[in-house]
Amino acid sequence: MSAPMAVPLSWMLALSGVVFVIGLIGVLVRRNALVIFMSIELMLNAANLAFVAFARQLDSLDGQVFVFFVMTVAAAEVAIGLAIIVNVFRLRETVYVDEINLLKG
Amino acid sequence: MMLLLFAVFAITLVGCSLMVVLHRNPVTSALFLVVAFCALAGLYLLLQAEFLAMVQVIVYAGAIMVLFLFVIMYLNLKRDVEDGLQFALRRGAGWLLGILLLGTAALFLSRGWAPGATTEASPPPIGNSAAIGRLLYSRYLFPFELTSILLLVGIVGAVVIGRGRAKPPGSEEPAP
Repeated sequence: MSAPMAVPLSWMLALSGVVFVIGLIGVLVRRNALVIFMSIELMLNAANLAFVAFARQLDSLDGQVFVFFVMTVAAAEVAIGLAIIVNVFRLRETVYVDEINLLKG
Repeated sequence: MMLLLFAVFAITLVGCSLMVVLHRNPVTSALFLVVAFCALAGLYLLLQAEFLAMVQVIVYAGAIMVLFLFVIMYLNLKRDVEDGLQFALRRGAGWLLGILLLGTAALFLSRGWAPGATTEASPPPIGNSAAIGRLLYSRYLFPFELTSILLLVGIVGAVVIGRGRAKPPGSEEPAP
Protein backbone atom coordinates (compact mmCIF):
# COMPACT_ATOMS: atom_id res chain seq x y z
CA MET A 1 0.00 0.00 0.00
CA SER A 2 1.44 3.34 -0.99
CA ALA A 3 -0.59 5.46 1.41
CA PRO A 4 1.73 7.79 3.27
CA MET A 5 -0.29 7.97 6.47
CA ALA A 6 -3.20 6.01 7.83
CA VAL A 7 -6.03 7.75 9.61
CA PRO A 8 -5.68 7.69 13.40
CA LEU A 9 -8.09 5.37 15.14
CA SER A 10 -9.14 8.06 17.58
CA TRP A 11 -10.32 10.26 14.70
CA MET A 12 -12.55 7.49 13.43
CA LEU A 13 -13.91 6.93 16.93
CA ALA A 14 -14.48 10.65 17.39
CA LEU A 15 -16.37 10.79 14.09
CA SER A 16 -18.40 7.78 15.16
CA GLY A 17 -19.22 9.47 18.46
CA VAL A 18 -20.25 12.71 16.78
CA VAL A 19 -22.57 10.92 14.36
CA PHE A 20 -24.04 8.89 17.22
CA VAL A 21 -24.75 12.06 19.20
CA ILE A 22 -26.38 13.68 16.16
CA GLY A 23 -28.64 10.65 15.84
CA LEU A 24 -29.42 10.75 19.55
CA ILE A 25 -30.33 14.43 19.37
CA GLY A 26 -32.58 13.63 16.43
CA VAL A 27 -34.41 10.97 18.44
CA LEU A 28 -34.81 13.34 21.38
CA VAL A 29 -35.76 16.48 19.48
CA ARG A 30 -37.89 15.48 16.52
CA ARG A 31 -41.49 14.36 16.77
CA ASN A 32 -41.93 12.88 13.31
CA ALA A 33 -41.72 9.11 13.70
CA LEU A 34 -40.06 8.73 10.30
CA VAL A 35 -37.29 11.18 11.14
CA ILE A 36 -36.82 9.42 14.47
CA PHE A 37 -36.35 6.19 12.54
CA MET A 38 -33.76 7.83 10.32
CA SER A 39 -31.93 9.06 13.41
CA ILE A 40 -31.90 5.52 14.77
CA GLU A 41 -30.34 4.42 11.49
CA LEU A 42 -27.69 7.09 11.98
CA MET A 43 -26.87 5.74 15.44
CA LEU A 44 -26.62 2.18 14.13
CA ASN A 45 -24.27 3.35 11.40
CA ALA A 46 -22.11 5.21 13.88
CA ALA A 47 -21.73 2.00 15.85
CA ASN A 48 -20.88 0.19 12.62
CA LEU A 49 -18.16 2.71 11.88
CA ALA A 50 -16.61 2.08 15.29
CA PHE A 51 -16.76 -1.68 14.63
CA VAL A 52 -15.00 -1.35 11.29
CA ALA A 53 -12.37 1.00 12.70
CA PHE A 54 -11.55 -1.43 15.51
CA ALA A 55 -11.51 -4.34 13.08
CA ARG A 56 -8.93 -2.45 11.05
CA GLN A 57 -6.91 -1.60 14.12
CA LEU A 58 -6.84 -5.20 15.36
CA ASP A 59 -6.32 -6.53 11.85
CA SER A 60 -9.22 -8.92 12.23
CA LEU A 61 -12.33 -9.49 10.19
CA ASP A 62 -14.64 -10.34 13.07
CA GLY A 63 -15.69 -6.71 13.45
CA GLN A 64 -16.73 -6.59 9.83
CA VAL A 65 -18.77 -9.74 10.21
CA PHE A 66 -20.50 -8.12 13.14
CA VAL A 67 -21.32 -5.07 11.04
CA PHE A 68 -22.89 -7.45 8.55
CA PHE A 69 -25.18 -8.77 11.28
CA VAL A 70 -26.03 -5.28 12.46
CA MET A 71 -27.05 -4.36 8.92
CA THR A 72 -29.34 -7.38 8.76
CA VAL A 73 -31.01 -6.45 12.03
CA ALA A 74 -31.37 -2.86 10.86
CA ALA A 75 -33.03 -3.97 7.64
CA ALA A 76 -35.54 -6.15 9.48
CA GLU A 77 -36.15 -3.38 12.02
CA VAL A 78 -36.83 -0.79 9.32
CA ALA A 79 -39.24 -3.06 7.47
CA ILE A 80 -41.29 -3.82 10.58
CA GLY A 81 -41.05 -0.30 11.97
CA LEU A 82 -42.28 1.28 8.78
CA ALA A 83 -45.13 -1.22 8.64
CA ILE A 84 -46.10 -0.17 12.17
CA ILE A 85 -45.89 3.51 11.24
CA VAL A 86 -48.08 2.97 8.18
CA ASN A 87 -50.59 1.11 10.34
CA VAL A 88 -50.61 3.84 12.98
CA PHE A 89 -51.07 6.45 10.28
CA ARG A 90 -54.10 4.59 8.94
CA LEU A 91 -55.53 4.48 12.43
CA ARG A 92 -54.72 7.98 13.72
CA GLU A 93 -53.91 10.04 10.62
CA THR A 94 -50.66 11.24 12.17
CA VAL A 95 -47.02 10.20 12.49
CA TYR A 96 -46.20 12.65 15.28
CA VAL A 97 -45.14 10.61 18.26
CA ASP A 98 -46.64 12.96 20.84
CA GLU A 99 -50.10 12.61 19.29
CA ILE A 100 -49.94 8.83 19.34
CA ASN A 101 -51.18 7.75 22.77
CA LEU A 102 -52.88 4.46 22.05
CA LEU A 103 -51.77 2.90 25.32
CA LYS A 104 -52.96 5.76 27.49
CA GLY A 105 -56.39 4.25 28.10
CA MET B 1 -4.04 11.69 0.61
CA MET B 2 -5.83 9.37 3.03
CA LEU B 3 -6.20 12.16 5.53
CA LEU B 4 -7.66 14.41 2.86
CA LEU B 5 -10.15 11.73 1.84
CA PHE B 6 -11.00 11.14 5.48
CA ALA B 7 -11.63 14.86 5.97
CA VAL B 8 -13.90 15.05 2.93
CA PHE B 9 -15.93 12.00 3.92
CA ALA B 10 -16.11 13.01 7.57
CA ILE B 11 -17.32 16.53 6.80
CA THR B 12 -19.88 15.17 4.34
CA LEU B 13 -21.06 12.62 6.89
CA VAL B 14 -21.42 15.08 9.77
CA GLY B 15 -22.99 17.77 7.62
CA CYS B 16 -25.54 15.45 6.06
CA SER B 17 -26.34 13.88 9.44
CA LEU B 18 -27.02 17.33 10.85
CA MET B 19 -29.27 18.13 7.88
CA VAL B 20 -31.17 14.87 8.47
CA VAL B 21 -31.91 15.94 12.01
CA LEU B 22 -32.49 19.62 11.38
CA HIS B 23 -34.45 19.75 8.14
CA ARG B 24 -38.19 20.16 8.43
CA ASN B 25 -39.10 18.21 5.30
CA PRO B 26 -38.89 14.40 5.77
CA VAL B 27 -38.17 13.80 2.07
CA THR B 28 -35.16 16.10 2.21
CA SER B 29 -34.03 14.36 5.40
CA ALA B 30 -34.19 11.00 3.65
CA LEU B 31 -32.19 12.26 0.65
CA PHE B 32 -29.51 13.71 2.93
CA LEU B 33 -29.40 10.37 4.72
CA VAL B 34 -28.59 8.71 1.39
CA VAL B 35 -25.61 11.04 0.93
CA ALA B 36 -24.50 10.36 4.52
CA PHE B 37 -24.60 6.60 3.89
CA CYS B 38 -22.54 7.00 0.72
CA ALA B 39 -19.95 9.01 2.67
CA LEU B 40 -19.90 6.22 5.24
CA ALA B 41 -19.27 3.72 2.45
CA GLY B 42 -16.27 5.83 1.45
CA LEU B 43 -14.99 5.67 5.02
CA TYR B 44 -15.36 1.89 4.96
CA LEU B 45 -13.25 1.85 1.80
CA LEU B 46 -10.60 3.88 3.61
CA LEU B 47 -10.63 1.24 6.34
CA GLN B 48 -10.20 -1.49 3.74
CA ALA B 49 -13.63 -2.99 4.22
CA GLU B 50 -14.57 -3.18 0.53
CA PHE B 51 -17.32 -5.73 1.02
CA LEU B 52 -19.02 -3.63 3.69
CA ALA B 53 -18.75 -0.50 1.54
CA MET B 54 -20.53 -2.31 -1.24
CA VAL B 55 -23.19 -3.71 1.07
CA GLN B 56 -23.63 -0.29 2.64
CA VAL B 57 -24.46 1.29 -0.71
CA ILE B 58 -26.67 -1.57 -1.87
CA VAL B 59 -28.56 -2.29 1.34
CA TYR B 60 -28.68 1.08 3.08
CA ALA B 61 -28.51 3.69 0.33
CA GLY B 62 -30.45 1.41 -1.98
CA ALA B 63 -32.99 -0.78 -0.29
CA ILE B 64 -33.65 0.80 3.09
CA MET B 65 -33.81 4.38 1.83
CA VAL B 66 -36.13 3.43 -1.04
CA LEU B 67 -38.39 1.88 1.60
CA PHE B 68 -38.24 5.12 3.60
CA LEU B 69 -39.04 7.28 0.57
CA PHE B 70 -41.92 5.02 -0.43
CA VAL B 71 -43.47 5.29 3.02
CA ILE B 72 -42.95 9.08 3.19
CA MET B 73 -44.60 9.58 -0.16
CA TYR B 74 -47.34 7.06 0.64
CA LEU B 75 -48.19 8.97 3.80
CA ASN B 76 -48.05 12.29 1.92
CA LEU B 77 -46.58 14.23 4.84
CA LYS B 78 -46.48 17.97 5.03
CA ARG B 79 -43.60 19.87 6.49
CA ASP B 80 -43.35 19.41 10.23
CA VAL B 81 -44.84 22.11 12.41
CA GLU B 82 -42.93 22.34 15.63
CA ASP B 83 -43.74 25.59 17.41
CA GLY B 84 -44.75 26.53 20.88
CA LEU B 85 -43.17 26.51 24.30
CA GLN B 86 -43.36 22.74 24.78
CA PHE B 87 -41.39 22.03 21.65
CA ALA B 88 -38.88 24.73 22.44
CA LEU B 89 -38.35 23.18 25.87
CA ARG B 90 -38.03 19.70 24.41
CA ARG B 91 -35.61 20.92 21.77
CA GLY B 92 -33.50 22.67 24.39
CA ALA B 93 -33.42 19.57 26.58
CA GLY B 94 -32.49 17.37 23.63
CA TRP B 95 -29.62 19.56 22.51
CA LEU B 96 -28.40 19.94 26.09
CA LEU B 97 -28.32 16.17 26.62
CA GLY B 98 -26.60 15.61 23.31
CA ILE B 99 -23.93 18.20 23.99
CA LEU B 100 -23.41 16.71 27.45
CA LEU B 101 -22.85 13.28 25.95
CA LEU B 102 -20.50 14.72 23.34
CA GLY B 103 -18.56 16.46 26.12
CA THR B 104 -18.21 13.19 27.99
CA ALA B 105 -16.94 11.48 24.85
CA ALA B 106 -14.46 14.28 24.24
CA LEU B 107 -13.24 13.97 27.82
CA PHE B 108 -12.63 10.25 27.36
CA LEU B 109 -10.93 10.81 24.03
CA SER B 110 -8.65 13.48 25.52
CA ARG B 111 -7.27 10.88 27.89
CA GLY B 112 -5.58 9.34 24.88
CA TRP B 113 -6.88 5.83 25.31
CA ALA B 114 -6.82 5.09 21.60
CA PRO B 115 -3.34 6.12 20.49
CA GLY B 116 -1.68 5.45 17.21
CA ALA B 117 -2.76 5.12 13.63
CA THR B 118 -4.88 2.31 12.32
CA THR B 119 -2.46 -0.41 11.34
CA GLU B 120 -0.79 0.00 7.99
CA ALA B 121 -2.07 -2.00 5.09
CA SER B 122 -1.60 -5.73 5.24
CA PRO B 123 -4.03 -6.86 2.58
CA PRO B 124 -5.22 -10.41 3.11
CA PRO B 125 -3.98 -12.90 0.53
CA ILE B 126 -7.54 -13.43 -0.66
CA GLY B 127 -10.02 -10.63 -1.20
CA ASN B 128 -12.01 -9.00 1.55
CA SER B 129 -15.31 -10.51 0.39
CA ALA B 130 -13.89 -14.02 0.18
CA ALA B 131 -12.35 -13.72 3.65
CA ILE B 132 -15.64 -12.49 5.14
CA GLY B 133 -17.50 -15.26 3.36
CA ARG B 134 -15.19 -17.88 4.80
CA LEU B 135 -15.55 -16.43 8.28
CA LEU B 136 -19.34 -16.32 7.92
CA TYR B 137 -19.54 -19.95 6.91
CA SER B 138 -17.11 -21.26 9.48
CA ARG B 139 -16.92 -19.49 12.83
CA TYR B 140 -20.13 -17.50 12.46
CA LEU B 141 -22.24 -20.17 10.80
CA PHE B 142 -24.82 -20.37 13.57
CA PRO B 143 -25.40 -16.60 13.85
CA PHE B 144 -25.58 -16.51 10.07
CA GLU B 145 -28.36 -19.08 10.07
CA LEU B 146 -30.13 -17.20 12.84
CA THR B 147 -29.96 -14.11 10.65
CA SER B 148 -31.93 -15.87 7.96
CA ILE B 149 -34.62 -16.75 10.50
CA LEU B 150 -34.63 -13.13 11.67
CA LEU B 151 -35.17 -11.95 8.11
CA LEU B 152 -37.97 -14.46 7.63
CA VAL B 153 -39.66 -13.22 10.80
CA GLY B 154 -39.16 -9.67 9.55
CA ILE B 155 -40.82 -10.43 6.21
CA VAL B 156 -43.78 -12.19 7.80
CA GLY B 157 -44.14 -9.51 10.47
CA ALA B 158 -44.02 -6.65 7.98
CA VAL B 159 -46.64 -8.29 5.79
CA VAL B 160 -48.94 -9.09 8.70
CA ILE B 161 -48.62 -5.67 10.32
CA GLY B 162 -48.72 -3.74 7.06
CA ARG B 163 -51.89 -5.47 5.93
CA GLY B 164 -53.82 -3.63 8.59
CA ARG B 165 -56.95 -4.70 10.37
CA ALA B 166 -59.38 -6.96 8.60
CA LYS B 167 -62.11 -4.97 6.95
CA PRO B 168 -65.72 -6.12 6.93
CA PRO B 169 -66.54 -8.09 3.77
CA GLY B 170 -67.85 -6.07 0.87
CA SER B 171 -65.62 -3.04 1.54
CA GLU B 172 -62.40 -4.67 0.38
CA GLU B 173 -60.02 -2.45 -1.49
CA PRO B 174 -58.75 -3.90 -4.76
CA ALA B 175 -55.33 -5.44 -4.40
CA PRO B 176 -52.58 -3.02 -5.40
